[in-house]
Amino acid sequence: MTPDLSVTLGKLTLPNPLIAASGCFGYGLEYEQVVDLSTLGGVVSKGLFMKERQGHPPPRIVETPAGMINAIGLQGIGVHRFVKEKLPLLNNAGARTFVNVCGTTLDEYVEVCKVLSQADGVAAIELNISCPNIKEGGIQFGCSLTGTYDVVSAVKKATHLPVIPKLTPNVTDVASFARAAEDAGADAVSLVNTFLAMAIDVETRRPKITNVLGGLSGPAIRPIAVRMVWECYQLVKIPIIGMGGITDARDVIEFMLAGSSAVQIGTQNFVDPFVWAKVLDGLNEYMTRHKIEKITELIGSFDPTPPKAVHA
Amino acid sequence: MPPVDIDATVIANARLSSDYSVLSLAAPEVGRRTRPGQFVMVKPAGVTDPLLRRPFSVFEVLRNSAGDVTGVSILNKRAGRSTKKLYELEPGDVVSCLGPLGVPFEPVSAPVEAWMVAGGVGLAPFATLAESLAAAHTPTTLFYGARTAGELFYLEFFERLGIKLVLTTEDGGQAASRHCVKGRVTGPLEAALKTAAASGAMVYACGPEPMLEAVAKLAARYNQRCQVSVERVMGCGLGGCYSCVVPVKPTFAKATAGGHGDEHANLVRSCISGPVFDGAELVWE
Repeated sequence: MTPDLSVTLGKLTLPNPLIAASGCFGYGLEYEQVVDLSTLGGVVSKGLFMKERQGHPPPRIVETPAGMINAIGLQGIGVHRFVKEKLPLLNNAGARTFVNVCGTTLDEYVEVCKVLSQADGVAAIELNISCPNIKEGGIQFGCSLTGTYDVVSAVKKATHLPVIPKLTPNVTDVASFARAAEDAGADAVSLVNTFLAMAIDVETRRPKITNVLGGLSGPAIRPIAVRMVWECYQLVKIPIIGMGGITDARDVIEFMLAGSSAVQIGTQNFVDPFVWAKVLDGLNEYMTRHKIEKITELIGSFDPTPPKAVHA
Repeated sequence: MPPVDIDATVIANARLSSDYSVLSLAAPEVGRRTRPGQFVMVKPAGVTDPLLRRPFSVFEVLRNSAGDVTGVSILNKRAGRSTKKLYELEPGDVVSCLGPLGVPFEPVSAPVEAWMVAGGVGLAPFATLAESLAAAHTPTTLFYGARTAGELFYLEFFERLGIKLVLTTEDGGQAASRHCVKGRVTGPLEAALKTAAASGAMVYACGPEPMLEAVAKLAARYNQRCQVSVERVMGCGLGGCYSCVVPVKPTFAKATAGGHGDEHANLVRSCISGPVFDGAELVWE
């Protein structure tokens, strides 16, 4: 028996729950040489505005314990060039393309989504209201309940595509933001984006990255992200795409038990670009060992019974 | 050809000084594919500290006595946590090694001369380049500068290939039986550029950023072509993270390793559009 790894996100069906996270996979095509994009559940593009963006001056990343801080600053080619140059190639490669949409204003989110609505082969829109690294727009929407509601509502009116806001963990109660997104008509939510963070070079007393502040990702944030997925799962009915420091199949399963219908892998892709096949093998092994036919059985099936006492 | 990712066993880790070592890895597939100037992404296998791999020029392509490629080595200098851990590895330890990656050096042949300019650990890409230039009988000089004579390495290796050595030390120290000019490597380089033969030279440079800038500007002033190998903080090595960008002039339009939009950008990824660049195409900040 081959376990059934397929999952659904509203109207979307994916062959497996593994999605490449935005900003950690270029435009997808960079990775064609190491992974068959059609074998992934989906690929999320780099964040796109209407126009091209330069991003921040380097250094843009610094490694921290079990993680990294980045402030790339959403360097990108803009939605028009994406549709013209990247999307056809992604479609040819058999990728299910999620487009990460950014905006400095509510109108810009709407305009970018309108452009994507007219393109062929966009699976869904991931609404980036959570990038911690840009001054205007973005996280301003994601850190306000009304801002989240307003941007999701406006985008939903402008496109037939599934809309998936990506939530920031840099709020007191992320579940209330998932609820605001659901109330506004979001088809799913993805969480979490990076944690606002900072690192100082103590020899020079200067920041380790040019932007001073950046977003923390990697295994260091995983337990917090799992907790946030679990909180959201208890409050909303729409599907959750969980992420934060996933490195292997065990981590994927943990996120699914906490309530994720699908997951994204980001930083680990830098550590090991061949991670995808290894995780798929691990999922098959786990499901066979636990006699699970459909991976969807795992979603939210976390058992809160206290653990047995463990003596060191 | 796509890069390969190998859990490579450490064959040897020869400490050249208290900071430098040559880490030899059993990675025959990587070695066979490597062209001079390309790099690998490495980290100790199976750990989260360090989490990310670090980029290293392939230093040597290793061969056994029958001439078969058995792996690659990297020239490692202790600078931070990750390089310290690499310095401390012992034979039998395992390293994740992804490569070869990036744009290689463009070779030249006689009558054009090849002038390799290395500063410190910037020697790394020139061992393989020297071998290929020697095989093509290109007249080649290595301008090689370090802080002290104790940090000038592999001199016999280059001499055996017939490479002319021009050595500099910042403290004026002398390497055994070899003359070292006191100062920076750009001093003798400029003297040579002033008297370059009409057929010209291709300048290859790798080292600290101020040295690269000085070399590129000198080469431009004396109308010689220059290729520089840059080093940047790099996350993935494959064009995925956009960490390792370098500013380029609007004239930058060369066919990159994979393209992926860098041909139109002002900030291009040194992993896929480099690490080797035409020195005249970079913006020096």
